[in-house]
Amino acid sequence: MTDSRNLFNKVWDLHSCQTLASGQNQLFIGLHLIHEVTSPQAFAILRERNLKVAYPERTVATVDHIVPTLDQARPFVDLLAEEMMSAIEKNCRDFGVRLFDLKDNRQGVVHIVGPEQGLTLPGMTIACGDSHTSTHGAFGSIAFGIGTSQVADVLATQTLALGRPKVRKVEINGHLKPGVYAKDVILHIIRKLGVQGGVGYAYEFAGEVFDRMTMEERMTVCNMSIEGGARCGYINPDQTTVDYIQGRPFAPQGEEFDRAAKWWLSLASGPDAQFDDVVKFAAEDIEPTVTWGITPAQSVGIKETLPTIASFAADEQKVISEAFQYMDLKEGQPIQGLKINVAFIGSCTNGRISDLREAAKIVKGRHVAAGVKALVVPGSQLVRKQAMEEGLDKVFEEAGFEWRGAGCSMCLAMNPDKLKGNEVCASSSNRNFKGRQGSPTGRTLLMSPAMVAAAAVTGAVTDVRELV
Amino acid sequence: MVQAITNVTGTAVPLLLDDIDTDRIIPARFLRCVTFDGLGEHAFEDDRIQDPAHPFNQPQFQGGKILVAGRNFGCGSSREHAPQALMRWGIQAVIAESYAEIFFGNCVSLGMPCVRASRADLEALTALIKSDLNTVVALDVVAQTVTAQAPAGKLVTAKVEIPAGAKQSLTTGGWDFLGQLVEGEPHVKAQVAKIPYLQKFAV
Repeated sequence: MTDSRNLFNKVWDLHSCQTLASGQNQLFIGLHLIHEVTSPQAFAILRERNLKVAYPERTVATVDHIVPTLDQARPFVDLLAEEMMSAIEKNCRDFGVRLFDLKDNRQGVVHIVGPEQGLTLPGMTIACGDSHTSTHGAFGSIAFGIGTSQVADVLATQTLALGRPKVRKVEINGHLKPGVYAKDVILHIIRKLGVQGGVGYAYEFAGEVFDRMTMEERMTVCNMSIEGGARCGYINPDQTTVDYIQGRPFAPQGEEFDRAAKWWLSLASGPDAQFDDVVKFAAEDIEPTVTWGITPAQSVGIKETLPTIASFAADEQKVISEAFQYMDLKEGQPIQGLKINVAFIGSCTNGRISDLREAAKIVKGRHVAAGVKALVVPGSQLVRKQAMEEGLDKVFEEAGFEWRGAGCSMCLAMNPDKLKGNEVCASSSNRNFKGRQGSPTGRTLLMSPAMVAAAAVTGAVTDVRELV
Repeated sequence: MVQAITNVTGTAVPLLLDDIDTDRIIPARFLRCVTFDGLGEHAFEDDRIQDPAHPFNQPQFQGGKILVAGRNFGCGSSREHAPQALMRWGIQAVIAESYAEIFFGNCVSLGMPCVRASRADLEALTALIKSDLNTVVALDVVAQTVTAQAPAGKLVTAKVEIPAGAKQSLTTGGWDFLGQLVEGEPHVKAQVAKIPYLQKFAV
């Protein structure tokens, strides 16, 4: 008998323990990831109510948001950051939770560490007090961000009260053009479906384009599901998924791995799987994409000009005008050639080894443009080590980039890496919100790491295809 | 069980803008903390610095309990610091065109109703609040209505939407989920036995 449920519903049903009075499900969480920013108040709730961590082996902690990427000596110069660091160390000690701290080479951005260590597995439910938890959906898991009260719920019970979302299949077939990356694919999807298009939905990314992607590319796509309003996005597990997991430290081994792989592959949505909605895009229509505004949907292809305000629906024009004003850009101007001040390569979206390799290919033999500050921040200590073994650090440093320690860095400005004034930053991160990169008037242009590299060496937004 | 939230009545703060993200509600630098204490004074801090006319800056809107906002309110970061900052500033309920999901869930967990209203109703509500600063807005979560009454007599009434689960949780005092989840432990144990990766993939 075939199962016409899509992967999402199969996994949800398996983890649903009961239906609560509200109609929501009590959902078991297979993996809980925590970090220093959204967990201290949750541990305080446990202390107040005299509760223990119910399944301490199913929570893993690391530190990333506040970690300085230059001087990591303790105590940190920033005493508030030091206090947060001490708090997570104490909380993990007191409650018996495993912590990858700065002295542990497994430390890094939480959404890079989980997959890297083989903690993230298909068929799991994964929660973390961070909206980019959707990243882990790349493995065919249900992975989503939660708030601090919910972090306390998971710590104390390993469960959450949640309503089941609908599932939309986002299908892209065909071949991506050269110079078009996973980042461009997700920026294109968000541009077409809008920043709130996914509210109430989980996104299944399906079709030839995702089938062909590496796990790291799939993680980039799923990472930004939340920017399209979808709390989680996922890709069905296949042989690429199984091969990536095999041999990782926390992954099952030997015969257990074989049994696991068989189960993982059985979870994929079948040909007759049902969806609440299906949308299709053509791979050939996707261009290297750059955001120009203050939401991740406000983007254009590199060869396009910025839209006119009048081209938007009447009820959208106010926010579009707000974006033009904040960014100090004009309707109809080309995006290509826009001068930048800062180039940032890193983050949970694009801080993996393949991202650094693609950027290094562009940078090699070139130099950062005069007046541009450029930095590369590996997503984890292991990514950093791998890159250095490949000599990528030298490629970047010889070109004038700063080569940093692992952390969230300039993606979100909770550490010393921040924009100043109204600087324009070409960034491989995920959010171009007002003030996101640490200056209340700073301006962010989201793009692929290769495009950031191209902007760094030319000093302006550039079509990466012209540099290869 | 905690307190049932059936209605919120008070003056309102008009902020009818779309896609207000949680970085704007509480900029990341204020997340360098281990408690939520003191976040209220930093609500919308960067927006307020750049816009002296921001309603959170204006004396007439201090003490407001109901925030009137636009589409996709609370998008972006999952930070519970955002609703915590609004709550500590004094906001007890939000009326908006739509919400980002994580923000909405965080608000329910804190006992703060977030209801949806049509654009036309939000515009009428905003106009009344701005034209008569003593307008009292009454949100009835049970009846799903909002009534704004200006002392001069002008009245705006509107139907509002709230998902059934959130309504049930708020209006019965079931919004503090932790207690219910702890009680569900026998159900959890039974389910754990059926989840392959918790059983060495042998079930």
